[in-house]
Amino acid sequence: MKKDIILAGVGGQGILSIAAIIGYAAMEAGLNLKQAEVHGMSQRGGDVQSHLRISDKEIFSDLIPQGGADLIISVEPMEALRYVPYLNADGWMITNTTTFINIPNYPAIDALMQDVNAVAHKVAVNADEIAKEVGSPRSMNMVILGAASSYLDIPYNMLEDGIKFQFGRKGEAIVQANLKAMQAGRDAAKAI
Amino acid sequence: MKKLMLLGDEAVAQGVLDAGLSGAYGYPVTPSTEIVEYVQKDREAIERNVHRTWSANEKTAMEEALGMSYAGKRVIVTMKHVGLNVAADAYVNSALTGANGGVIVAVADDPSMHSSQNEQDSRFYAKFALMPAMEPSNQQEAYEMPFKAYELSEKYHLPVLMRITTRLSHSRAGVVRHEIIPENEMHQPENKDQFMLLPALARRNYQRLLAVQEDLIKESENSPFNIYKEGTDKSLGIIACGLGYNYIMENCGEKCPYPILKISQYPLPRKQIEKIMNECEKILVVEEGMPLVEEMLNGFLGNSKICGRLDGTLPRAGELNPQNVRKALNLPEMPTQKMPATVVGRPPALCNGCPHADTFKAVNEAMKEYGRGHVFSDIGCYTLGYLSPYNAIDTCVDMGASISMAVGAADAGYFPALAAIGDSTFGHSGMTALLDAVKCNANVVILILDNDITAMTGMQESQVNGKIEDVCFGMGVPKEHIRVITPLSKMWEENVKIIKEEIAYNGVSVIIPRRPCIHVFNKRKGEQK
Repeated sequence: MKKDIILAGVGGQGILSIAAIIGYAAMEAGLNLKQAEVHGMSQRGGDVQSHLRISDKEIFSDLIPQGGADLIISVEPMEALRYVPYLNADGWMITNTTTFINIPNYPAIDALMQDVNAVAHKVAVNADEIAKEVGSPRSMNMVILGAASSYLDIPYNMLEDGIKFQFGRKGEAIVQANLKAMQAGRDAAKAI
Repeated sequence: MKKLMLLGDEAVAQGVLDAGLSGAYGYPVTPSTEIVEYVQKDREAIERNVHRTWSANEKTAMEEALGMSYAGKRVIVTMKHVGLNVAADAYVNSALTGANGGVIVAVADDPSMHSSQNEQDSRFYAKFALMPAMEPSNQQEAYEMPFKAYELSEKYHLPVLMRITTRLSHSRAGVVRHEIIPENEMHQPENKDQFMLLPALARRNYQRLLAVQEDLIKESENSPFNIYKEGTDKSLGIIACGLGYNYIMENCGEKCPYPILKISQYPLPRKQIEKIMNECEKILVVEEGMPLVEEMLNGFLGNSKICGRLDGTLPRAGELNPQNVRKALNLPEMPTQKMPATVVGRPPALCNGCPHADTFKAVNEAMKEYGRGHVFSDIGCYTLGYLSPYNAIDTCVDMGASISMAVGAADAGYFPALAAIGDSTFGHSGMTALLDAVKCNANVVILILDNDITAMTGMQESQVNGKIEDVCFGMGVPKEHIRVITPLSKMWEENVKIIKEEIAYNGVSVIIPRRPCIHVFNKRKGEQK
């Protein structure tokens, strides 16, 4: 078993929480794991990515080779497309469709969505909208995790345990809100 | 035993803690920040009362670490590659004084300059200082090396440099812990003048340092971290240092036909280098950073047998990655898809609500009549003020250089000469430059951007917090020319006026734009709720 996952987004959008939850679940499942993060200057509103590698064999490189990723999980559509060169031929792109515009030359939305639709295997959901609908607008990242959950080869209940572990100290209400958001993302992806 | 999921930095921290650490020193910098931060948060470290507060800069940190070593305790000092330049005086001399309690100098290099001004390779410093060095290739080694490094440090009475690079610093993996070693008892150095570098004694210590070099090579030859993997195809031999080994294994797997020498401890293991050089037709040297080993093997006149970064087999600059190492191995490229042309770059930027943004807007207005090229700046979030839409600052060289460069320009008659420096950077290396400014009554305006925190590296307390005015006044800046302003858009006119007044004053002015970093502000607001 091997899953190489690129997590993508803009600094502050919560991709490291997604990484931590998948990571927790993978560890509980007894798998090997490496997860490279971006710290420092890039976190200030720049593009950020995390390379998450899960395998039942020894993992050497902390970085996923280009053309080697099985999944791109992105909380922002342009950031998803940035990492298309990492995707392998059978790889899936799971992305939010809500844009994060903090630069003057952000591309036209129509052109961007055309490129998203041109990716062979993709799941595109409006995670911001879904998070609002379930009453937890700040859990957009968990909606995306939910949308990706069927592609991870990790039992869903282990991801739920990951959420409980990650948010446990913030109280039961926060845990429940995040669980609900993840379930909503999972349902939305299945409905496509 | 259950694995801990640790960043490379955290693995180093857990390693030193379990290997009997009594003190962690350092200055917060990417990519080494998380070493001291881990010690600060670790429950066992708190219970043991391991020293764990930030130092003013890397030089004081290095010296404090030496002091703790003098007292017989095991210690770690952390910094980034360019921080080692700041600590270099103490660091290089520490090879002559040597250590009493074990000393690890952990330096995180940043090839590809993700958050740095250059990509210098700290292994050169170890070679230069004649000090042993270790370079982990994964998180488990990062955890285990401190045990061995302290042993080595106390056996040879020498500090050990531990070099990590960005990718390992900030990558997590499972780490298995070892049994914990108790801290050293306090004890003076056996040799009472070991740390006394008067010339006559320094010459003696230098001879001692030279004399142990052969022993250090033997240690490397017998090190569990330097591994020779036999191969059947001798047309190529691979020397892979630190992380370079991972990219070789990623591409070749366990079935690699070529002999591989993995190097994670220096000085270079002579026996193994001789073996691979003798048995292989060509040698590929794969090092993360600069071509240190490759240059040594090449010699001054070159050696056609050696390939790597110098002959273009690997890129001369920047990080290694699975792709460029794959190419160096002559393996077919993996098929990839193109990035759509609609995708544009998203550079880092000041956050919404950042106090620096309001400071730069006021500075730009006050400087309108003089044009660009007058604001010397420094290292921190505010360096992003160089970028659009601010275009407010003109230089960034090293910690503290804003003030000293403004002084030098003013000495040349350049007017106006402004410096823009953060509160934490001012504490690190700005104060001594301010002393120069006052001494020669330079015609400069120094903006100390006080956002209450070391923001860029993730909210560490600043050393000069609450003391900036007192420091400036104590150093001789006239009280009426120490002006505190509030960088808010509603204060814009007032702030422009104050900056203009101080530009007009012929002498040293300090303006302190003071407003907490927006993240600190939001966090405090959250805590009040």
